[in-house]
Formats: sequence, structure tokens, C-alpha cells
Amino acid sequence: MTSWSQALSAHPGAAAETATLTGNRGLQLEEPLLFEQDSPGHCGVDLPEPPPHKSRLGGLERQGPIGLPGLSEPQIVRHFTRLSQKNYAIDSGLYPLGSCTMKHNPRLNEKLARLPGFADLHPLQPTSTTKGALELIDTLAHWLKTLTGMPAVALSPAAGAHGELCGMMTIRAALTARGDARRRILVPESAHGTNPATAAICGYAIENIAANPRGQVDLAALKASLGSDVAALMLTNPNTCGLFEDEILEIAAAVHAAGAFFYCDGANFNAIVGRVRPADLGIDALHLNLHKTFSTPHGGGGPGSGPVALAAALAPYAPLPWIVHGDRGLELIEHAAGSAARSIGRLKGFHGQMGMFVRALSYMMSHGADGLRQVAEDAVLNANYLRVRLAGALSQSFPGACMHEVLFDDRFLKDTGVTTLDFAKALIDEGFHPMTMYFPLVVHGALLIEPTETESKASLDQFADTVNGLAARAKSGDAASFQAAPRLTPRRRLDETTAARKPVLRWRPDPPRQQAAE
Amino acid sequence: MPTLRFTKDHEWVRQDGDTVVIGITDYAQQQLGDIVYVELPAPGTRVEAGKEAAVVESAKAASEVYAPVSGEVVAVNDVIAGDPAKVNADPMGEGWFLSVKLDDPKALDGLMDEAAYAAFVAEQG
Amino acid sequence: MRYLPLTPGDRSDMLAAIGVPSIDALFADVPAAARLPGLVDLPLAQGELEVERAISRMAAKNTAAGSVPFFIGGGVYRHHVPAAVDHLIQRGEFLTSYTPYQPELAQGTLQSLFEFQTQVALLTGMEVANASLYDGATACAEAVAMAHRITRRGKAVLSGALHPHYREVCETYAQFSGLEIVTLKPMPGIADPIDIDIETACVVVQYPDFFGELRDCSALAARCHLAGALLIVVVTEIVSLGAVKPPGAMGADIVAAEGQSIGNALNFGGPHVGLFAAREQHVRQMPGRLVGQTTDADGKRGWVLTLSTREQHIRREKATSNICTNAGLCALAFTIHLALLGEAGLARLARLNHAAACNLADRLASLPGVSLVNDSFFNEFSLRLPVPAAQAVAALAEKGVLGGVAASRFYPERDDLADLLLVAATETTTPEDIDIYGKALAEVLR
Repeated sequence: MTSWSQALSAHPGAAAETATLTGNRGLQLEEPLLFEQDSPGHCGVDLPEPPPHKSRLGGLERQGPIGLPGLSEPQIVRHFTRLSQKNYAIDSGLYPLGSCTMKHNPRLNEKLARLPGFADLHPLQPTSTTKGALELIDTLAHWLKTLTGMPAVALSPAAGAHGELCGMMTIRAALTARGDARRRILVPESAHGTNPATAAICGYAIENIAANPRGQVDLAALKASLGSDVAALMLTNPNTCGLFEDEILEIAAAVHAAGAFFYCDGANFNAIVGRVRPADLGIDALHLNLHKTFSTPHGGGGPGSGPVALAAALAPYAPLPWIVHGDRGLELIEHAAGSAARSIGRLKGFHGQMGMFVRALSYMMSHGADGLRQVAEDAVLNANYLRVRLAGALSQSFPGACMHEVLFDDRFLKDTGVTTLDFAKALIDEGFHPMTMYFPLVVHGALLIEPTETESKASLDQFADTVNGLAARAKSGDAASFQAAPRLTPRRRLDETTAARKPVLRWRPDPPRQQAAE
Repeated sequence: MPTLRFTKDHEWVRQDGDTVVIGITDYAQQQLGDIVYVELPAPGTRVEAGKEAAVVESAKAASEVYAPVSGEVVAVNDVIAGDPAKVNADPMGEGWFLSVKLDDPKALDGLMDEAAYAAFVAEQG
Repeated sequence: MRYLPLTPGDRSDMLAAIGVPSIDALFADVPAAARLPGLVDLPLAQGELEVERAISRMAAKNTAAGSVPFFIGGGVYRHHVPAAVDHLIQRGEFLTSYTPYQPELAQGTLQSLFEFQTQVALLTGMEVANASLYDGATACAEAVAMAHRITRRGKAVLSGALHPHYREVCETYAQFSGLEIVTLKPMPGIADPIDIDIETACVVVQYPDFFGELRDCSALAARCHLAGALLIVVVTEIVSLGAVKPPGAMGADIVAAEGQSIGNALNFGGPHVGLFAAREQHVRQMPGRLVGQTTDADGKRGWVLTLSTREQHIRREKATSNICTNAGLCALAFTIHLALLGEAGLARLARLNHAAACNLADRLASLPGVSLVNDSFFNEFSLRLPVPAAQAVAALAEKGVLGGVAASRFYPERDDLADLLLVAATETTTPEDIDIYGKALAEVLR
């Protein structure tokens, strides 16, 4: 038995102490699956009877039932309302998740994305009827190009990882076009897993570059690895340790001197928006996350949007569609012909995540050039404030100032019997979502904290007080209380091992009862 | 007495004549945590020393199991395919992964013996 | 600035606590040459009123689909979404929550995704489904990649009646994976002659196909399996599965579909929601997130993300794909809308769509020179016109009718498709709309 499961038995959840008839606890309400509440024939939508018609389904009419449950609207509203109450959210509290940029999601964005002129617009309408959509996309592109300093931006990728794929594909296309196919991609050890995964999908071999003692790319190691068979360096800046790569100009120069491209993962753009332009750092391709830096909502996991800013050498390879300024206004280019002849093609159906474009532009226009610069400054200020408030009790991995996120490791928990995981679970009972854990891999038991600029000083102080209090409790020898955490959530320490060994990925009806043989 | 040797990647290999049995060590299974899945090669395929022979997954991590030796896969342990927990419970016995017919009967000579491996593990901290 | 809580007093207190004189000191690692001295050349901050005005002006330059008689399909369909859906997905706990990596804090998201996975498996007639992908086209490309991994064969055969965007995305992805993509010629109204050999990893067909035709692919599935290849069925109009036999019942190995029709607005093409379903034996080769049922320390049922080791943040270069995100809120909207419809509602919705399309087809095909290509269809069909379809579409638009999409928009180089028009009807199509269209088209063709 693992130590935490022993502790769990010794410290039962709070639910065991106050049993109720329903299993509900005040505002915490249990809710079964939809499929367990079926009233066959019931419907939450009133639809008219179809007019008589002769079926033209080619004899392929569905024969049996699908198996979907029927419920009324009140039951469904209650079902999903109860489910929502089991979620933590930015609207509820601080999410100190490093590299996720969990900032406030403005509601104006939601209102504007729902304007019928955007929401009720079909991508295949004649472009004469969608001029405002093209204008919005072009305006967003202008803002992104200005903020990054890059001359072009590809807007169709649906998420950050998709944007990385896009950027790497343009690099490979550019190299192929100049007859200089190269085999290797260089990636720092601290990189997020999508980086090497993307490189592998593009057919490259991946080589890791060691970090220097400050947690940044070791320039000498990089130069030693560069060669005529390196296609690109994939860097995150600020890096996943929360540090700006201060030798970035030298890095860019070395990469370019070797004939390679410089790709930047823009997940951490929140630290530098409005204060630094990636083009000025020598970057050739940079994906941005509209759902991180530009506030489009995380929605429990998506949808996102990952536009890619491109240097002039890569712009001709941008994926379709393109929106260009033509003689008669904005034009939508949907085929790889004319100026788009060298495009890598489509990465997604239709035109891109328009709903997220509206939200992001609304955010950007609300902040403006001055507000966006303030965003970066407040993000960096908030992270450093937490750094100094926590540095006494926790072990900072790379001492000194950080950018918008600060990295700690589990040295402060040494000999306490409390792991990073246990520490995070205790934080849950205190009403906080845990910070990013076990990433980046370059330190042991990583705790990566990014508050963002939308946290007030009071919120930061409460978080710091709590983390410091927990650290003190861990060091005082009370490991069992951490191993038993969380105690106050509706579910605690779910069994992920069994979930992976014997996956149950859907509901199935109970099998019909068998008559027991006597 | 079959020769038992170890690799720096925490695999063990036990020789009996010209075949060896390969698995992961107790240290490896502890590091991985609860093992949820193993991916084994098909009997008859070749493995090359230093290259991936199998994959072992825990809930949060996946690790390559590298072949310590080159040769042809004779058998794989279907038991752990159905019950990966056996790798945690008995990594040196019932939790074996695959057996290989050696290209080179002397292939184990360069690998660590039990004492050397124990010292290596102690260094890991 | 309304979204920034720090006051000037807070900032100076915090700088003092940190021990630096100004915020610039915290940007010291930025090379001097790269520091922007002032603001970038963009407008300054604006209030809600101004932003709303500016963006509303752009919206007003578009013709909303619901404001005119509307008949465009082509892979995205206009359906009515009940009001409750949008209210529920805008609850802050759904809208502003993160990926459910901490299951104790995300049982709402996890349970709804488990319900989504079940719904998709039931609809498609498959054993297991994932928690969604970006859209149908990327789901199709991922299905092809998955077939490549499973069969270890190098060729994918795509039906000529597969949505051109889906084909294009497969081709873009395959450029870099070394997979050979063989695309058959689009021949509206004619079944593809599909060759399968020992190099074929998969065959990809669409159902209903790009031209609207419904074909039983059971025989094709059998041929694929005999040859050791997988059958991938693409569905771009998921509501069709409320009326027709599901791909799983015809032997499909993987279903890659677009779920936008349920719960999600047109949104000018995005965000939408990719559906992905497969056989249980292949679950470890599936891309995307998966939610699994389990129990907690107190023995209570709950849900977690599972089989995560397929994903890129763990396998890194050996990941099954580089997908990090699912369509989250769009999947939730799908789940809620389908829950409201239920078995009876979905069946009725599908019949309404088909009935509207039948009436529309009869009306339009009765016009001189206009012929219906399809033997069968669900809610979309193809017409041959006596004039180039693109011309007709433009002329109809001038008359205030959005009459469909010309095949030439997708195939500009194919003269034999220049007269082909794709036309769709849904439950939102009224008899009046059909009447207006009929009259307008008659005028355009005169």
C-alpha cells in the first residue's frame, strides 16, 4: 500500500464525519449521469411533426435505437448546473498555473463574439456578404503583426500545438524550397513536450540542448550542436523556468549563421507583450496562444487559437486561407495559386477560429497599446512579488528575478515525507487550484507559479500566506495531513492507475439480469 | 547458475545458454510508480542492443525499455500484458518482459554485475 | 484600466517588497537593443462602449445567415440551438475553467466529457470515442495517421467525394509523415472505384458524401478488412446519424466527424468540434484526450483524464500526435444540445431536415434545365444548372438569397463541375424560404 493511501484511511474525508441521506452536502450536490435519468420518449426540445415526404435516404434508414436518454429542459439545466458547481474556475479563484496564463476572461468578449453578424455567418457565403468578418480578421492580424514586429501572421491554426506544427511546417517547406533539406531540430531540455512531438511529426530528429546553471540555454552547448543539418532551434522565451533568455541575440545570430531558422514558442508572451517585439530578437516564427495572452476562455480545455507570426522568409509558405489586400478590398484566398502558390496548404477546415478572433480583438482594443504594456509589467510584478514572499519557505530553482512566472522545486520538502503532489492536494483544501507541477522536467518536483496581471495584491497575499503556512506545516513533520489531502472536495485522490489499466471510457447499460442456475 | 547482469537504464538480463530473459529492475519500477501498460514486441522480431525493445507506462510517464543485447525475440510475457501490476510486484521474476536468442553469447560480459549495479543505484540518490 | 486590479500604491509597495526601484529593473535580462522605449503603434485603451461600437460596425457589414433565405451547407450547417445551451456554457465554472488535470477540482468538466464520449460512441455506432479534436478535417487527418500507425502501411486512399478541405488537411499532414495520399477523382453521383492493395493503410469515405449521396459502405468495409486495411468514415453533418444507419453498423474502423451541427453556431468556420471514434482494440493508438471512469479514495465514482501517456506532454517525440487541446466548450455545447434532443428529439430533428430537403429538391429540380444529381440524400444535395453555378450563386445573393455553394469554389480547375451547386436545407428552412428560392432561381436562369 502506498503511503498516501494509508494516510487516507487514517484521515477520512470530511464527508464521512457528516453523513447525509442524499450524499449531498449543503451546496455540494451529487449528480448521476444523463444516461441514468432516461425517461424514454421524453424530449427537452419541442419540434413540429415533419410534413409528409417520401424518404430519399437510399434504404439506409436507421434500424435500431441510438440509446440516447430523454430528459426535459428543467432536468438538463439542473444536471449541467450541478456539474458546473463541481468545477474550479478563474471566475472562482486564482489559478497559479505556470505557462497557462490564467487571466480573467472579459465578458465583453463573449457578447461581441455572439453578435449575429459573426456567430450566424457561414464560411462559404459569398465574400461580398462577409466583408466585416474579413475586416475583423485583418484588423486582428494587424494588431498581432504590430505587437510581434513580424510582417505576416497565419491565423488558421486552432491551438498552440497546432500553431507550432504550422510554424515548423513552414520552416521545412522553406528549407526544401531552397534545396537544403536538414534533419535535426534543437530543443532545450526545459521545453514543453509539444515541441519535440511537433518536430517528430514534421519528420525531424530531435536533439536536446542542456541548460546552463541559470536555467537558460547553454550558448556554448548550442553552438556545439549547430551544424549544416540543423533545420531550426525551437525555443520558448521567456523560457519554461520563467526566465528571459538574455543571450537571445547571440542565440539568434548563431542559429542564422548556421543557416537554420529560429522558432519561438510564444506561450509566455504575456511577460513581454508591448515591451519587446519578437522580431527584434531575431525570431523567424512565433506561435501565440489567444487563449493565454489574449484572454479567450479556456472552456475546460478548449477551443483555443494559435496564430503564427512569420518572418518574410517564411510568409510565402503560410497555410491557407490567406486574407490579402486586393484591388477591390480584402480578398479571401482559398487555393494555393498566385501569391499563395507556395502555401503548405490547409491545416484545418474553413478559415480559422473566428469566434476566438473576435474575443481576442475585443480584449486587445480594450487594453490598447498602453494597457497591453501594463499587462506585461503587472504580470512580471505579480510573479516577482510572489517570488519574494515565497522564497524564504520554498526552494527557488534559479535564484534572482523572474519574469511572469517563478519556478520552485521540492528541495524544501526534503525529508518531510511530503511530495510536490501531496503539497498540491493540500492547497486544494485551502481553496486554490494547484500550480503547475512536475514541469519543467529540468528540476525535481517542479512547482511553477504564474499569477498573471489580473490578480489583486490581496489575492496574492492570501495565496502567499497559504503556501507559506503549508510549507511550515510540512517542515514541522505533519506529513500525514498532506497525504490525506484533499479532504474537502466532493471527490478525493481518484484512482488513476486503475483508470489506465482498465479503461472505462463510456457509459454502458447494465447487462440484463441472468437467472442464477440453482 | 544463470548469469545476471544490469544496465545503466535499469534493465536486468539473465542468461541461460544462448537465450536471455530481460526485465526492469526494482529501482525502475519504484521510479515509474504504478505500471498501467506494457508494449511488448512480437516474437520473431529482432532487437538491437541500445535500441528500444519495449515500452512501459505508468499513469504519468512512459519509458522505453532498451534491449541490453542484440538478437531475436523468442518469447514475450503475456502475463504482464494483461496484468501490468505484476511488474511492480515482482520485477525480477514474474514481471519479466521478453526473452531473446543472443547473436553473441558473450554479450553480457560488458554489463554491470549485481554489486556494481547496487553501487550505481546508490549513486543515483 | 478595468481589467487590472493593481493600483499605483500597490505597485510601489510591491516594488519595495521586491527591492527594486522600478519595473524596468525586472526586465533587465532583455537585451538593451530589444527594449521598446515607448508604446507600439496601436490605439490606446478604450472603454466597453467604444470597443463595442467599433466591433459592432464590423459585424453589421456581414449578412447573418438567419436574415435571409439560406441554403448553404458544404460541411457547416445552420441549425437551431436551444437557448439553454448558450446560457449553460457561459456559466463561469464551465467557461473559465482549465483543462481537468486536477480531477478533484474538475468533476464537472470530466463528467460532461464522459457523457460526450458516450454520446459520440452511441451516435456513430462505435465502441469508444475521445473527448473531441479541433474539427472534422483535423479529425480526418488524425484518423489517417492512426491507420498508418496501426497497419504500418504507407498509403491512404481518399474517396473523390470526400470534402475537399478534409482531403487538403490530410495532404498537408502527409507531406511530412511520408504517407502517400491517393485521392480519387470527384465524380458526383458515381461511386468511387476503390483499389485496395497490401500497401493500403486505410480507405476514407464520407457519409453522406460531399455531394450529399448516401452509400452503404458495408461491402467496402469487408473488402478493406480482407486486405488488412482500415475503413475510415467521415461524417460532416452529424445530424444525419439521427436518421440513417451509423458507420459502426457498416464496419467502420474509425469515424472522424464534425460535430458543429449540434450545439454550435456557424461562427464563420470556427471554433467547431471534431468527433473521433474507433474500435476499443485501437484505443491506445487514438489521438486526443480521453476521460475514464474510476473511483476515489472513499470508493465513490468519479472521472479522470486517462491514457495520457499517448499525449505529447509525456511521450514527447513518441506521442501519437501533438494535440494538446480538445474543443472543450464546443464539446460541452454539443453534449447539452444532444441531451435536450434525446433519442426522440434527434430522430424528429433529422426527419425535419430530410423533409425540408426533399421539398426543396422537388421545387428546384422542377425548374427548366435544373437536374438533381443524387439518388439519395439527407439534408444536402447537388444540382446541375444550365449556367455556371458560381454565377448563379452571385446572382441569387444579389436577390437576397444565399442559395448554396458552387462546387467550383472548391474545384476551380474542374470544368466538369462548373455547373454543380450544393444546396442544403435544415429544420430552419421554411416553406416560404423554399418558395422565395424557387422564384429567385427561376429568374436567375431566365
